[in-house]
Amino acid sequence: MATQARASTPSITVTVAKRERARPRSGPALIATVLRYLLLIVLALTFLLPFYWMASSALKNDSQVYTVPPVWIPRPAHWNNFPDAWLQYDFNRYMLNTVVRYALPATVATTLASALVAYGFSRLRWPGRDAFFFVCLMTMMIPFQVTMVPLFIVFKRLGWLNSYLPLVVPAFCGSPYFIFMLRQFFMTIPQELSDAARIDGAGEFSILLRIVLPLAQPALTVVALFQFMWSWNDYLGPLIYISKTALYPLALAINQLRTILVGVGLAPLAYPYLMAVSTVTTVPILIGFFFTQRTFIEGISLTGIKG
Amino acid sequence: MATLSLRRPPKSATRQHSLLLGLLFISPWLIGFLLFTIYPLVSSLYYGFTRYDLLNPPVPLGLGNYIDIFTQDPHFGKVVYNTLYYVGLSAPLGVVAAFLMASLLNTEMAGRSVFRAIFFFPAIVPAVVTAMVWAFLLNVQYGAINSTLAGLGLSTIPFLSSPELAKPSLILIHMWAQGNAIVIFLASLQDVPRSLYEAATVDGANTWHKFWNITVPMCTPVILFNLIMGFIGGFQNFILPWLLTQGGPNQATEFYSVYLYRNAFSYFRMGKASALAWILFVIIVTFTVILFKSSARWVYYGGGEE
Repeated sequence: MATQARASTPSITVTVAKRERARPRSGPALIATVLRYLLLIVLALTFLLPFYWMASSALKNDSQVYTVPPVWIPRPAHWNNFPDAWLQYDFNRYMLNTVVRYALPATVATTLASALVAYGFSRLRWPGRDAFFFVCLMTMMIPFQVTMVPLFIVFKRLGWLNSYLPLVVPAFCGSPYFIFMLRQFFMTIPQELSDAARIDGAGEFSILLRIVLPLAQPALTVVALFQFMWSWNDYLGPLIYISKTALYPLALAINQLRTILVGVGLAPLAYPYLMAVSTVTTVPILIGFFFTQRTFIEGISLTGIKG
Repeated sequence: MATLSLRRPPKSATRQHSLLLGLLFISPWLIGFLLFTIYPLVSSLYYGFTRYDLLNPPVPLGLGNYIDIFTQDPHFGKVVYNTLYYVGLSAPLGVVAAFLMASLLNTEMAGRSVFRAIFFFPAIVPAVVTAMVWAFLLNVQYGAINSTLAGLGLSTIPFLSSPELAKPSLILIHMWAQGNAIVIFLASLQDVPRSLYEAATVDGANTWHKFWNITVPMCTPVILFNLIMGFIGGFQNFILPWLLTQGGPNQATEFYSVYLYRNAFSYFRMGKASALAWILFVIIVTFTVILFKSSARWVYYGGGEE
């Protein structure tokens, strides 16, 4: 029972730990290690360069932006760019829109719905189940562009434009990607647990609530994290449905700020302000990722490998 | 793929009951499938045969949109060329970059998870932020790169403002954001049995031989997976060209999805946009099928336990 659950849970760390810790370091091996580190450090710095440029530019004043060669460490650092840009351009409102109107409801809805559906696809046996599941997987192949136009027309007729309903209501139907991910995880939970509960007279719904969901908490966390991040980052969805500035999410508000500042003949502090709000929008995602790295990465490998 | 073992042979009454119960549990998805997938799919097919500007009722056109797209539209050829150029380079290059970085990380060493996090970061940054930062970074006058070049007395590089460099610049940004593929590769690299490497070492194979004859073949299923994801994502590439270059300069980054969006929401040609969407769908399915067919030649499926 326990082995079954353990064996099917992907665990990167276990594999790493198994490898011998102290390898005898001969000359060529040492050179290889040094080279590998050098390459990794150079690559890592290249990867971080855009982030560093973003954060450091957020601290510049006008003349520091236009200096040639570029200023890498702005002295003095203009920390007040952060509150100035954020408050002056109403970003608290946009953040609230993103979180309260979009990310939170979409996350709760899609997590619960996907868990329910995944239970039906994994823990229940019924005729036609695998055919339905195959169809569910196939829908992931359909490009968004195909359904984009009719959905826009429908939501327009319903009077849902300039609201988050077109983005939140479909979340109540779950998402095939998450259904797949949760199904893979649910299948690793020993069937004996459900059988025992059934003998005790528990219905399927209460088995889901009391046994499967508590055990599937890591997978549910991954789903919730992914959905929250996707909603927070989403640009195309709001771009199509939301044109009222007051309702903008952060993603649209940032581009709007660029149009206001950079578009109109480079207003002073355009780039520092733009980089400041970009930094503030990115940091929660990076922090969230950093603390949930293992869960996050296992979630991605789960869908990639078992797919 | 493991399926649950049949415990009790279902009788016809319980069979019907279990069917209803199953459908009940998947009903959220089923409703969503009918409302948000099947209905739009069918009506998109219908709109594709009409002229529809949202204000007046759709006018049936027969194959009019398709004939217009393939024979009259002055932009379509350029749009398809741009898209194939981008997809053809960005998908394989992205896979190669991700595979090499994953291989670099695939060893026990200090700071491994830090490096992994750094390589993964770009994949989770909001696309709009990626656009803003790279627009600034690659700016001809004030960007970090060109400003450094100017400081050294060298000539600047018009990354995003020249038709020749705009597409390669977008491919460069794509290669920067390979986090998902890296993580998936890393997991598959760790599934390669150690015994294979040990046997190869005994036979006197060097690092390169081991990489090319063990690591790469063992990872081909995941290479195929990431390649397909790269192709599908590439065909739908929209946000970065939309925000960074607006399809320009001189239509150099007018990709398929950008053109489709423009037709739908700038020109309100819903019929033509639907026809374009179906053509895209057919192209993507064709590409995926070709990749799968080709996989028999180069993908190694072995050692599967399930």
